[in-house]
Amino acid sequence: MPRKMPETPLLDQLESGPWPSFVSGLKRLAQAEDKPYADYMKSLLGQLEHSYQTRKGYWKGGTVGVFGYGAGIIPRFSEVADKFPESSEFHTIRIMPAPGMHYTTELLRQMCDIWERHGSGLVAFHGQSGDIMFQGCTTEKVQPAWDEFNALGFDMGGAGAGVRTSVSCVGAARCEQSCYDEARAMRSVLNNFLDDIHRPSLPYKMKFKFAGCANDCANATQRADFAVIGTWKGDMQVDQAEVVNFVNKVGRKGMIDQVIRLCPTNALSLNDDDTLDVDNKSCVRCMHCLNVMTKALTPGTERGICILAGGKRTLKIGDLLGTVIVPFMKMESDEDYEALVDLCQRMLDFFAENALEHERLGEMIDRIGLVAFLEGLELDLDPNMVSHPRTNPYVRMDGWDEEVKKWQARKADAAE
Amino acid sequence: MTQLRRPDECGVPDPMQYMHPVLKKNYGKWKYHDRPRPGVLHHVALSGDEVWTVKAGTQRQMDIFTIRKLADIADQFAEGFIRFTVRSNVEFMVSSAAKVQPLLDKLAAEGFPVGGTGNSVTMISHTQGWLHCDIPGTDASGVVKSLMDDLHAEFIREEMPNRVKITTSCCEINCGGQGDIAINIQHTKPPIINHDLVAGTCERPAVVSRCPVAAIRPALVNGKPSLEVDEKKCVCCGACFPPCPPMQINDPVHTKIAIWVGGKHSSTRSKPMLHKLVAAGIPNNPPRWPEASAIVRNILRAYKEDARAWERMGEWVERIGWPRFFELTGLPFTKYHVDDWRGSRGSLNASAQVRI
Ligand code: HEM
Ligand code: SF4
Ligand code: SF4
Ligand code: SF4
Ligand code: SF4
Repeated sequence: MPRKMPETPLLDQLESGPWPSFVSGLKRLAQAEDKPYADYMKSLLGQLEHSYQTRKGYWKGGTVGVFGYGAGIIPRFSEVADKFPESSEFHTIRIMPAPGMHYTTELLRQMCDIWERHGSGLVAFHGQSGDIMFQGCTTEKVQPAWDEFNALGFDMGGAGAGVRTSVSCVGAARCEQSCYDEARAMRSVLNNFLDDIHRPSLPYKMKFKFAGCANDCANATQRADFAVIGTWKGDMQVDQAEVVNFVNKVGRKGMIDQVIRLCPTNALSLNDDDTLDVDNKSCVRCMHCLNVMTKALTPGTERGICILAGGKRTLKIGDLLGTVIVPFMKMESDEDYEALVDLCQRMLDFFAENALEHERLGEMIDRIGLVAFLEGLELDLDPNMVSHPRTNPYVRMDGWDEEVKKWQARKADAAE
Repeated sequence: MTQLRRPDECGVPDPMQYMHPVLKKNYGKWKYHDRPRPGVLHHVALSGDEVWTVKAGTQRQMDIFTIRKLADIADQFAEGFIRFTVRSNVEFMVSSAAKVQPLLDKLAAEGFPVGGTGNSVTMISHTQGWLHCDIPGTDASGVVKSLMDDLHAEFIREEMPNRVKITTSCCEINCGGQGDIAINIQHTKPPIINHDLVAGTCERPAVVSRCPVAAIRPALVNGKPSLEVDEKKCVCCGACFPPCPPMQINDPVHTKIAIWVGGKHSSTRSKPMLHKLVAAGIPNNPPRWPEASAIVRNILRAYKEDARAWERMGEWVERIGWPRFFELTGLPFTKYHVDDWRGSRGSLNASAQVRI
């Protein structure tokens, strides 16, 4: 006998209002009586209403996987299966989308069809981790669903103490601020670590994220252990005629209030003829003036990336923002992209060897010190890595002369 | 028995095969963009090609009927391509200006709010909640649906001083991100331990080491190996709960909501910032969380009235100062706002600069 729709007086209140309602969507699935998931989703709605009534969650983890991989399925078993038996197993399959999250309608329909055959019909586009989250699958159906997604050309995302699914901004595909090929960088790095995505054995999770400029639309700075942010070296490009047009449009006061005075390093000045004077040596490539004057200002021509390491959320020592470990790395030729992959590999190896169990990269750097981390990765020290030099004398400095020699040798190399 | 299939370890797929042809053709060669109206972006390539993007909100947790509807809309009105943003907005791209209005009309007719561009309040980024996580203190989709209903007018307009990114998190320590406003779970009582289950379920040393304040120690309770919590030390963070489900941290009454402001990922103008506590003790009140929503709207009102163009929430507060923030929002300032975690001295005012 088919299940009746559960009473959901609290969830029903989330069907009104102008924003699209996930509850209405859950109900559409639960009422698709000709589909295999109708009773499954009635049961799920019942459990969710029970959570709303009692203000508690009722899922527990477990072990579910697919053949050949050690991660990527998020297992969920119900603790109230006696009341809601059909949805007692409600696992998520994490699938990695293409960078920039581009889809043809054909691809979306194929994904829906697979999920109609094997799953609940509920999908999150996307989890903040960057995965397509196909939510709601029985243990038995996980393998056949996965087989079909895999045959479509998609691979499983990360989970647990391994390399995780990545995110990039839309970047080069549709943004004039993009300073490198984010999709290429993301695929080069992630696809180099497939074993660490699928068979996690690191001390803890490792997240890479890729943003094309300092606007960081990929939320990489705090949400990634390894944040790759586009930037440029040398002068920004200025179309002075467009600057004049802009000033004519917004007025001098508008120009001063919205552009000149908001530059964080006072690198901008308005000339008497309404053209712009840029002190490129003081510019920190923050993107503000380029965002406001999209027609007039463009990143410089020598483009590349800045790398920040150690961003993470609260557990265990508190939220951390990433900090600079590479101020600039050119990102143009094949060799440049290979050098990035190589650096990521060195970083991951160092992390695997030196981090304590359940310690994130930022916590490890905090514990061993930035200098030890840089030495481990064979990265050059740079004053861009600090807000300011140390303010206390509690350090043994008898290696001073040698360090000065290193610095001078590096400067001589760079000058050649 | 059927032979198990080896996975094809194909990795992250090439986006080019799924990309709108104008985007693909002009990849890496864009010149500038503008915003003809809220919810619509207009990008111009160096080649002279143009593309219009229409951005709309979704419920993120979507049923396949909704996804197919988006695909139908893209087929009929938007050249067959879709992309999603990291905040679960959907974007349709069209190669002529004439196609924008019919697409807007269709989205309106189908109930997808168009907006989320520029200085709007965009879609709230959220986590899993009661729908799917094993440790949540609240729901996520429901909080976001309620808030976005209340903030709809700010999603479809561009009337804020700068963009506003709101995040939520259904536990205190894990998946939520930094936001101009963050709406996060805050537990207020130590975990209640079911001592009968600890020995059988929990790896005790791992649980002990998970606690940020070393409040957990192994103990014998009723003759069984278990764990005990020094309740004077415990900061009620819930970190012990995932590795040890018998350490129940979630509570229908004592699990509360806290609101934080001024977080920011971008390095634009100011450096990235962590969000700061402004309000707590807010009831976790499904299905519409009216108390949390009222505080969020009040903060947004003060920001909208007082901040200057381009100032993000955190930048605005840095300019006007915290005394004025608490004055303008009417929120109380308590001893809990003063940080005492490691490095917290840096958050004190080491100057004679006061606002009185
Ligand atoms: C029980 C363990 C956990 C589960 C099941 C879990 C699950 C998830 C899921 C499903 C997402 C995507 C959220 C969404 O968009 O709905 C996510 C994202 C995230 N999680 Fe967790 N999580 C867990 C523990 C943690 C821990 C321990 C941390 C940090 C120490 C963490 C940090 C994050 C962050 C920062 C994100 C945002 C995505 C990103 O930008 O990487 N999570 N997690
Ligand atoms: S991070 Fe920069 S390059 Fe990437 S989409 Fe945002 S503005 Fe464009
Ligand atoms: S990019 Fe930022 S730092 Fe550089 S000139 Fe513009 S506003 Fe100033
Ligand atoms: S924020 Fe916490 S409760 Fe919410 S999905 Fe993440 S781990 Fe689960
Ligand atoms: S709730 Fe947090 S502080 Fe309290 S015992 Fe558990 S881990 Fe320690």
